[in-house]
Amino acid sequence: MSVFNQSRSRIIRLIFLLAFVVIIIQLFYLQVVSDKFSRLADENAILRKTIYPPRGLILDRKGNAILKNVLTYDLMVTPSQAKGIDTVFFCRLLEIDTAEYRKRIVNAIIKNKSFRPSVFEASLSPQKYARIQENLWRFQSGFYIQERPIRSYPYSAAANIFGYLGEVDTNYLKKHIEDGYVSGDYAGMTGLEASYEKALMGERGMQVLLKDNFNRIQGSYENGALDVEAAAGSNLYTSLDIELQQLGEKLMSNKVGSIVAIDPKTGSIIAMVSSPTYEPGYLTGPERRKHFSELYTDARLPLLNRAVNASYAPGSTFKTLQALVGLGEGVISTTTTFSCSGAFYGCGSGKPMGCLDPGTYYLKTGITHSCNTYFANVMQRVINNPKYPNVDSSLRAWNNYMYAFGLGHRLGVDVPTEQKGNIPTPEYFNNPKRFGPGKWNFCSFRSVSIGQGEVTATPLQVANEMAYIANKGWYYIPHIVDSIEGGDKFGLLDKYKQKVIPMNLADSIFEAVHDGMQGVMESGTGRGSKIPGIVVCGKTGTVENYANIKGQLVKQPNHSFFCAFAPRENPRIAIMCVVENSGRFGGTYAGPIVSLMIEKYINDTIDAKRKPLEERMASINLIPPLMKQKMRTKDSLQRVKEEEKALKNELKIIKDTLQSEDNLTEADIRAGKSSDNKQPRDTQHKKPVKTDMMAPEKQKGSGLNKKDTASK
Amino acid sequence: MNDRNPAISKGIDWSLIGIYLLLVAIGLTAIFAATYKEGDAFFQSFLKFKTDYSKQLYFFGISLILGFFILLTDSKFFSATSNLGYIVGIFLLLLVFPFHSRIKGTESIIKLGAFNFQPAEFCKIFVALALSKYLSRPETDFSKTRSQLIAAGIVLLPAVLAILQKETGLALVYFSFFIVMYREGLPSVILLIGFAIAALVVATIVVAPDTLAIILTIIAAVLIYIYWRQIKRRRRILTTIIFLWVLCVGIQRFAVPYIFKNVLQKHQVERIYDLFGKDNPYLENGESETAEEAKKKKESGSSYNVRQSKIAIGSGRIFGKGILKATQTRFDFVPEQRTDFIFCTVGEGFGFMGSVVLLGLYLLLLFRIVTVAERQRSTFSRCYAYGVAAVFFFHIAINVAMTIGLAPVIGIPLPFVSYGGTSLLTFTILLFVLIRLDADRQMVLR
Repeated sequence: MSVFNQSRSRIIRLIFLLAFVVIIIQLFYLQVVSDKFSRLADENAILRKTIYPPRGLILDRKGNAILKNVLTYDLMVTPSQAKGIDTVFFCRLLEIDTAEYRKRIVNAIIKNKSFRPSVFEASLSPQKYARIQENLWRFQSGFYIQERPIRSYPYSAAANIFGYLGEVDTNYLKKHIEDGYVSGDYAGMTGLEASYEKALMGERGMQVLLKDNFNRIQGSYENGALDVEAAAGSNLYTSLDIELQQLGEKLMSNKVGSIVAIDPKTGSIIAMVSSPTYEPGYLTGPERRKHFSELYTDARLPLLNRAVNASYAPGSTFKTLQALVGLGEGVISTTTTFSCSGAFYGCGSGKPMGCLDPGTYYLKTGITHSCNTYFANVMQRVINNPKYPNVDSSLRAWNNYMYAFGLGHRLGVDVPTEQKGNIPTPEYFNNPKRFGPGKWNFCSFRSVSIGQGEVTATPLQVANEMAYIANKGWYYIPHIVDSIEGGDKFGLLDKYKQKVIPMNLADSIFEAVHDGMQGVMESGTGRGSKIPGIVVCGKTGTVENYANIKGQLVKQPNHSFFCAFAPRENPRIAIMCVVENSGRFGGTYAGPIVSLMIEKYINDTIDAKRKPLEERMASINLIPPLMKQKMRTKDSLQRVKEEEKALKNELKIIKDTLQSEDNLTEADIRAGKSSDNKQPRDTQHKKPVKTDMMAPEKQKGSGLNKKDTASK
Repeated sequence: MNDRNPAISKGIDWSLIGIYLLLVAIGLTAIFAATYKEGDAFFQSFLKFKTDYSKQLYFFGISLILGFFILLTDSKFFSATSNLGYIVGIFLLLLVFPFHSRIKGTESIIKLGAFNFQPAEFCKIFVALALSKYLSRPETDFSKTRSQLIAAGIVLLPAVLAILQKETGLALVYFSFFIVMYREGLPSVILLIGFAIAALVVATIVVAPDTLAIILTIIAAVLIYIYWRQIKRRRRILTTIIFLWVLCVGIQRFAVPYIFKNVLQKHQVERIYDLFGKDNPYLENGESETAEEAKKKKESGSSYNVRQSKIAIGSGRIFGKGILKATQTRFDFVPEQRTDFIFCTVGEGFGFMGSVVLLGLYLLLLFRIVTVAERQRSTFSRCYAYGVAAVFFFHIAINVAMTIGLAPVIGIPLPFVSYGGTSLLTFTILLFVLIRLDADRQMVLR
């Protein structure tokens, strides 16, 4: 029998061999032919962790850190290891109840699984931090404290300049595809944080780590051979004077408008106030999102940087530039006189422009007393200059002056969202929708001569004009950052190093305008803003404006404008201030504010005699009536929303208690409930509220597109 | 036989012992690689019996001592006690039912103090011995159907008990003893029928039921057409073809679904379907999974094991990542990697080369055992040797095949390499009894 079956031993061996061959073929396929498994294994086990360097600081002209990083402490929890602690004691330390504790643990597990750490409480207050730190050993391994740097603003000022950090969204990621952001990162969204993002962010590092099946870190990969060190962000050195900035924000509190102050010699911005503003620390930390939406929907538009992102008709401050054009074109001399009998009749008697003080003026007194008739005549001569064949070319010549003075185009300041302003061009008037070719002359736009009508400028542009006039014919592009620690690697500052000399005008021309502006402060419209011991050249402006309310132009209180530079010889500051819809004149509010700013900057202090003026200016509330109305509207809308929310809650409670009664539908409850509420709610809606006024864009539109027309 | 006091080493097949030691060494290395964590107190762990690799080393020590005692034993002892052993084995298997401990999904383990004792594992030895004993009886005529049925009964009784203990994997091992019976004269037809049924079952799983029924019908029709002339002369051929057709369609339409629905457990059916990349169609109403559930199951279930295991082995490439640099196995991505999936550690750490070396070693072991078997003069020893070869072969082939996605995950260990005291002891005893028997091959045992 044994012999009979001998051949079967060979068959058995063959079966063994076959099975092994099949296995080896599969192994060959898995290990040698296919390469996807190594990649899958790496995806499983390798974690690339980004190391975030500390962001750069921002320093002011005296070397104070005005924007820096502070560490906050987050309490972290690993739920799977947090069992068996004294929960009651723990909750007492954190001032929460045990229900809240359970809720947070459950949230942590949902968010990050129970074996990975999540934030239990972000940014511990100093008291809680101390209490927890002391007792941390009791809760060890389940809880630990993690440091996290956040932005801090020691002077609580200049929110509009610094901007804020925000989480990058998909749009941002698309735009900055080569900069290595990933979702969840923070980047500068506005202000210097955005303009200098590249310098401030530093260079990110990379740690290549090994992780296990629960994503727990197991150590570094290849002993850190592939790791990349992080390089800290560069500090930014600015010429901001943080005390001046604080003073400006104080003076502008409860007003709408802005102040821009420039060092004319360098173009460095010394202060840039936009009011209303917000506490910059408001947009850091755990409640960032909530605060942001509050600010975003605030009717006062605190997130709008009015210094660069709002443009106004410059009003009478524009006259200084018209004097330059007149003298530069040679159509007037410093001794040319025009007289005003009460209004400008150069265009017939249709709708004359009035002037306040009738009389006869030459250039200096024309500026000093801000005579409308004088400058209407000057511009009329410029436009009707026989040197040019037609109004198109003469207006274009006038445009070139305006562009040279920095108007009608973006200056290129290093704060984002700068606007262009507007200078009317021949093309604009040639548009058939406006006048059409050949159908216009100087009289069609005569109000431009006194800075009303089609001309608009941003506060920054007006301040830059002052620097241009102070320097007698040149300026540097205004900028906040003077230098970057470790050099300007990205060429961000190149354009601020070049002196701009747009056209050649004789010094004598500027001297004449300086004379007029000095006169403004000594005997003219700005005499109320004199500063003892400092020769200031200034110019007032009172800007008429209209708001578009439901398709109708409604006249609003005047904007108060003031611009100046000081001292006249060897100027150190060029400054402008606008107080929106304050009513009265440029010399009433903007003038004193500018004088206080100049005094503070040049004398480093405000004279005790002028302290009461400072306090008075700071305490005046000049919020425009239209804005107040919008705020009220918003408040009442919010109240309606809250009521709605309360009603919903009530509904839920009713539903919970009545769950057994199937026939009672939600609609029934709502109907019953709202009939109860009818009386009080109706009274509230008596005045129909236009909800579209609420949307921030709309507000912006209606706020800034105010039509400005002729005035002094 | 004249030598009254033979040296214990006389006649011992040293090559088997050499292969055995090599395999155990590879196993210890693999377990170490899979479970060693940075900073483990290396030497302390041995003293304290704490880590898996130190435990396995102790089991190895115990195995060696046991092996030594086996070599000291008179070879007649094994044949004399084999029937008694079988009865004890079955008794132990029955003992499990009232006394089993609650350990994840199995009812086959008895806890004795610190040791987990799994009779279904041990029982292989007794079955191998008892089957050999039965086949080597002078009165057994294995060409008779009755003897064949009795032999099958000896093998299948513990298998049935193992299935009742929810250890389908261990139960399947007993089917490997049919190789022994084949060697001893079981008609080839039975083996062919076995393969045919297996092929039909696989086809049932892979091909849609109606399609398969049509295919079977076409095959039957083609056969009738081919044999038409013979059929005219002999009607029996037609009857046979029709009978076979009815049988096949019956298996495919009713028997397989019945077994999948009522005999096998849900997770086992799932594993079988996973292997072919299909969803289990035998879920009851209301149990049908949504796509999401199915995906979740894929993440956590047995297909996750196989996927991670394939990633581990595949990422080893040709030469492997090196013993402590294998990320898949070091960081626990592969579940059960020290026991049933230990082959991953080898595949990832030592690559294709290492895997082929290990498999070569196994093949050498199997061929050596077959050689040893064929040189026996006694039927008992030869049958026993084939039994050992069959059990080893089944374990090795199925275990490795399941780690590379060629066989369903049935959870049986890799001989000498997988972590586990019981399995190491069982395989050691199996092998050393063979070595002892082989050393006395000049004697004719009954």
